[in-house]
Amino acid sequence: MSAKTPEQNHLIIASSPHLRCHRTTTSVMGNVLIALLPIVIATAFIYGCRVLLSVAVASITAILAEFLIQKAMKRKQTIQDLSCIVTAVILVLNLPLDFPFWQLIVGTIFAIVVVKAAFGGLGQNFANPAVTTRIVLVSAFASSFAKNSEPLARALHLSNSVMDSSSSATVLVLLKAGTDSNELCTLRDLFFGIQRTTAIGETCAIAILLGGLYLLFRKIIKWYIPISYIGTVAVLSFLFGGFSIQFMLYHLFSGGLLFSAFFMATDYTTSPLTNKGKFIFGIGLGILTSIIRFWSNLPEGVSFAILTMNILTPHIDRFTKEKPFGTEFNKQTDL
Amino acid sequence: MKTKLSNGLADPVKINRGGVRLNHQKTTNFSEKLAALSPKKVYIPLNMHIGAECKPTVKVSDQVKVGQLIADSEAFVSSPIHASISGIIKSIQIADINHSGSTTQIIEIESDGKMTPYENLTVPQINSREDFLLEVRKSGLVGLGGAGFPTSVKLTLEDNEVDILIANGAECEPYITVDDYKMRFCNEDILDAMRAIMKWLGIPNGIIAIEDNKMEAANILLKKLNQEPQKYADIKIVIMNSVYPKGMEKLVIYNTTGRIVPGGKLPKDVGCVVMNTTSLAELGKYLRTGMPLVNKSITVAGSAVSNPQNVDVPIGSLISDLLAFAGLKDKPDLVMMGGPMMGIALSSLENPVLKQNNAILAMLRNEFQLANESNCIRCAKCIDVCPMQLQPTSLVRAIKKNQIEQAKNDGLLTCMECGSCDYICPAKIPLVQYLRFGKKQK
Repeated sequence: MSAKTPEQNHLIIASSPHLRCHRTTTSVMGNVLIALLPIVIATAFIYGCRVLLSVAVASITAILAEFLIQKAMKRKQTIQDLSCIVTAVILVLNLPLDFPFWQLIVGTIFAIVVVKAAFGGLGQNFANPAVTTRIVLVSAFASSFAKNSEPLARALHLSNSVMDSSSSATVLVLLKAGTDSNELCTLRDLFFGIQRTTAIGETCAIAILLGGLYLLFRKIIKWYIPISYIGTVAVLSFLFGGFSIQFMLYHLFSGGLLFSAFFMATDYTTSPLTNKGKFIFGIGLGILTSIIRFWSNLPEGVSFAILTMNILTPHIDRFTKEKPFGTEFNKQTDL
Repeated sequence: MKTKLSNGLADPVKINRGGVRLNHQKTTNFSEKLAALSPKKVYIPLNMHIGAECKPTVKVSDQVKVGQLIADSEAFVSSPIHASISGIIKSIQIADINHSGSTTQIIEIESDGKMTPYENLTVPQINSREDFLLEVRKSGLVGLGGAGFPTSVKLTLEDNEVDILIANGAECEPYITVDDYKMRFCNEDILDAMRAIMKWLGIPNGIIAIEDNKMEAANILLKKLNQEPQKYADIKIVIMNSVYPKGMEKLVIYNTTGRIVPGGKLPKDVGCVVMNTTSLAELGKYLRTGMPLVNKSITVAGSAVSNPQNVDVPIGSLISDLLAFAGLKDKPDLVMMGGPMMGIALSSLENPVLKQNNAILAMLRNEFQLANESNCIRCAKCIDVCPMQLQPTSLVRAIKKNQIEQAKNDGLLTCMECGSCDYICPAKIPLVQYLRFGKKQK
């Protein structure tokens, strides 16, 4: 062989494949943020600038917290992957409108530092940061959750006597108290976001569906979790609601169900890997959510359902592994 | 999206899951006559195939002609090697090709510029299965899809062991168009070789498997079959959708016959034998002319190449000569043997073209992407695309924790290193590299 000239040694040596697709962690997280945009815009329109302010405060806190904790733990800097902003936005959408900023900052730091970084950072945390933080905040600052936000649009419905007589209860609380559905806000209101909710993100069903469809369309999430989750709740609330379609629809469009089904239950890190596992995960969520809604004294079951299923995820993964190709022997196939 | 098939083309029996849709980049031009490279020197390694390395049958300063035997082995699993140019043996030396860690003897031939064919070559006379297998061995043919497994060994089958011969024309790697070329312009050789194999080995059925991005080749073959329906009654063409890595042996078998090759078993265990269409074309040519495998059609492409094309290359030609022949726009940053998904990056251009090479790609920096590992986000895309139904992310997690036993229980050895998981990973983890590492661990 002839001697190598120096310039030939500039060839790059790498293990195959030499082609890689353009999708990166950053683009995945960016797409999630785009999907959250309709919800942020719709709620900002309904509630006013306070929503945007909360999103800004939480995002800046999250970026700073992530930056500092990665520095402190001597890990590679990861703020550029946008995952901390996704956590912050989802957390804000899980909280009431007039949630105090200092409590929001405490919550965001808790989500980034304790739930995420302490377990190894992105992809390593076993529980969904936003869900866990919400549960912690509900326990720690219960009073901040008790006072419900009142949509701007509610002013348009002041004449509605029901609204006045039950001014601090959400739809699910009212349903639980046995209030007749007819006296609640209409389904149309639920769908377009003219209702009172505990959390900002639950307000406008159509914006949530828009964002969810975007995620499905861009193949960021798969349909297994949202469909099996929403489907299970639909079936159970239909059965236990005395076969009332209206009761079922109230359950689907109120509370955090839609929002969690598309944005929190589908979190890659804390949901199962295989399609079968995702399906089981969704059904489990549906059952737990319904049980809590119907029979416990909590008004909302989504967060606890998600946290419980997060903990079960490794076990679901273990039991839903697919058998490698070639495990089943089959020679007798007709041509 | 389903391609509408013309009459006579068959749909796949089963469709494997997984795989990735790649940009095919099949940019080479098709002309019937290939440009031929005539190098001044060739360097022929004696371990191009899987199996025993050959021993030289010539001495330094011997005169050799094209097709003359220069190295052979007594071993069953081996394949003889012939001079690819006429000239004089300059040296026989030991070297390590591409820093692979193993050395081999290399015969250097200096060309006399005449390309005189060896006069003792005769058209094979075949009267029995033994004759046929001997001739296949003498042709020096190995699996030209890239594996380099001696064809004579592959075709040594027991009676009634195999009932389907599959000609693999899937060519699922981007850029490469050698099989496509052979199916368009050497289809008679392919069909003759199929018929010869089916006749002498008693295989009743023949299938030609083609991806639907090569419909032109498929239709040319179909026309050939329809011209003589009696002669080719046992051969049919199956059109598969072009999702990488459709051309892998186990997947071709599954798609065309529905049979599943068990892990650790061979195609013949499910009654199939799969041959690359280029191998078949070379076998057909050998049976017609008696000229053993001395030339290889090679796709030369990539963003650094000025004239992407298929070139007829004498085996042992230097890759630098081949790239100079096709022209380089710029100094390439990555040169690989084979396609971009499974090809081997070269550390030097002063390496010879081997029997089983089908492409040399020279790329500029913006055409390929290097791994840049970040945390796995468990998006499960790698699981979706794995055609072997593995969980690459879980396997890599186990390998990183040195739980090789666990990884092997979960099917690590089923991995064919096709690169689909690595291609799709948003965290840019070099999954295949980890999997390869894991497979080598005890």
